[in-house]
Amino acid sequence: MKKIELQNRLATILILSLAALAALIAGGLVGYLLASGLPHVSWQFLTGSTKSFASGGGIFDQLFNSFYLVVLTLLVAVPLALLAAIYLSEYAKQGPVTTGLRLAIEVLSSLPSIVIGLFGYLIFVLQWRLDFSLLAGAMALTILNLPLLTRACEDALRQVPQLQRQAGLGLGMPKWRVTTKLVLPAALPGIITGAVLSAGRIFGEAAALIYTAGQSTIAVDYANWNPFAPTSFLNPLRPAETLAVHIWKVNTEGLVPDAAAVSSGAAAVLIITILIFNLAARGLGKLLARWLSR
Amino acid sequence: MKNWSNRLTGPSPESRCEAHGRWITRLALVVIAALVLSIIGFLLCRGSRLFLTGEGTLSAFLLGTNWDPGHQAFGAAPMIVTSLFVTLLAGLLALPLALAVALATTEILPRGAKRFLQPGIELLVGIPSVVYGLVGLTILVPLTRKLLGGTGFGLLTGAGVLFLMVMPTMTSMAIDALEAVPNQLRRASAGLGATRWQTIHRVVLPTARGGILTALIFGMARAFGEALAVQMVIGNAAVMPHGLGSSAATLTSVLTTGMGNTIMNTPENDALWSLALVLLLMSFLFNLATRLVSRKKG
Repeated sequence: MKKIELQNRLATILILSLAALAALIAGGLVGYLLASGLPHVSWQFLTGSTKSFASGGGIFDQLFNSFYLVVLTLLVAVPLALLAAIYLSEYAKQGPVTTGLRLAIEVLSSLPSIVIGLFGYLIFVLQWRLDFSLLAGAMALTILNLPLLTRACEDALRQVPQLQRQAGLGLGMPKWRVTTKLVLPAALPGIITGAVLSAGRIFGEAAALIYTAGQSTIAVDYANWNPFAPTSFLNPLRPAETLAVHIWKVNTEGLVPDAAAVSSGAAAVLIITILIFNLAARGLGKLLARWLSR
Repeated sequence: MKNWSNRLTGPSPESRCEAHGRWITRLALVVIAALVLSIIGFLLCRGSRLFLTGEGTLSAFLLGTNWDPGHQAFGAAPMIVTSLFVTLLAGLLALPLALAVALATTEILPRGAKRFLQPGIELLVGIPSVVYGLVGLTILVPLTRKLLGGTGFGLLTGAGVLFLMVMPTMTSMAIDALEAVPNQLRRASAGLGATRWQTIHRVVLPTARGGILTALIFGMARAFGEALAVQMVIGNAAVMPHGLGSSAATLTSVLTTGMGNTIMNTPENDALWSLALVLLLMSFLFNLATRLVSRKKG
């Protein structure tokens, strides 16, 4: 065999074995997390409330807080990101101002989440006296997710063929009308995909939350639907520990004897939820696209 | 009469709608830009307080190796060094593996492999960092304890967790970079009689160099800014590390543990904000590096 042939064969083997190693590590990681976590996941674990010092506590409050925080965050972040994306893709002209605005978004996307969490702590928690609350957490997460969401929305809007816009403009529709009536519906699948993907990110975020939404949760009343009542589960001004924060908290300063079981169970729940979010993002987008193009 | 003239000569409801729409969308963008500016402004303001009040000097902060804020010692060098070292180690460990997976999927394995791998990579990218921290705590810490002795908490474990965390992201970006290489180049190379390795080594990798470097820098930026996963496994001793197994503390881990235990406007607290400012400036540097690398490519 020629030297070059041998070299080629060796390199291929090296690349494939390194790739196999990486796949093994990754597969082992997910497998380990599921195998060690799933046995602890039971109905009682999902619906029970946390115990401070005893074992056998559940994660219902944390799970609810996580989902509620996702809803609160998306409620603010999606409209804001969408409007900004509409401006960037439909109205913005090339120029120093647009470049500057784009740069701002890019800088925001590169900030570590702990820095955004600390900013939220400084402004929302201390300055605005919101204390540790869901609202402060939701605002910090909004800031964290804006860049990604804006980019996803802008990409979705840009995917809409230019011809559709021209057709609308040719019929005498003003640009805003074209954007809202033609471009936006066509871009909706992409926007939904982006929103659900960022929901997954919000669900797993912890560093931006420990100093904004807080590291503790109060006893809440799940029958009280008045969001202004202090003990209502919908009250956005109560401190709320999310599932991801719970995992961290239990492991760093946990006093429960079954910390390992609780955290591995919670991690399995977290991973499965994020898997569902990922699948839902693709599925919903595709489903919606098919339904719209009927 | 006046009403009529207004209707005939004034702006139509449609054009008013148009103006409002343009105004609102621009406002949303300005709000985002204002947020970014205020984040930078507040951190600059808070972060420089330590030096402006005269409690500490910039050189003592950056070069001092003694971090004991309770006793007016604000040397941040141990944390800065640890952060940089852990990040670099994680990035350099992850790059070969990420590149190998990317090369295998784009150059060697059949097309179907990618469709099989993509959801897996996406899931791994989406796994929250605390879960990686948990894995570090339950697998890497005992493993390191066996390998290096000691407690198992320390530099190597921290780097290991970050390596696991950034590898999927870097892999996905490396795949994108390799896929951006035009197929004509591969065919031209094969047409000249080059083997697959020669094509990869002489044509594909040099062409995709910018994208691969971007993946490396992006992964390292993520690792540098990661807080909780590292904080769980690094041991949190704010001293200059002297070996791979020794306990240490990164900028982010000190911020995580310290911010809740200090009172606003005290020198201890100001020192923490200075650390946050260092973190901010480093993320700017990473951003700048990405820009330089991707500009060279184009």
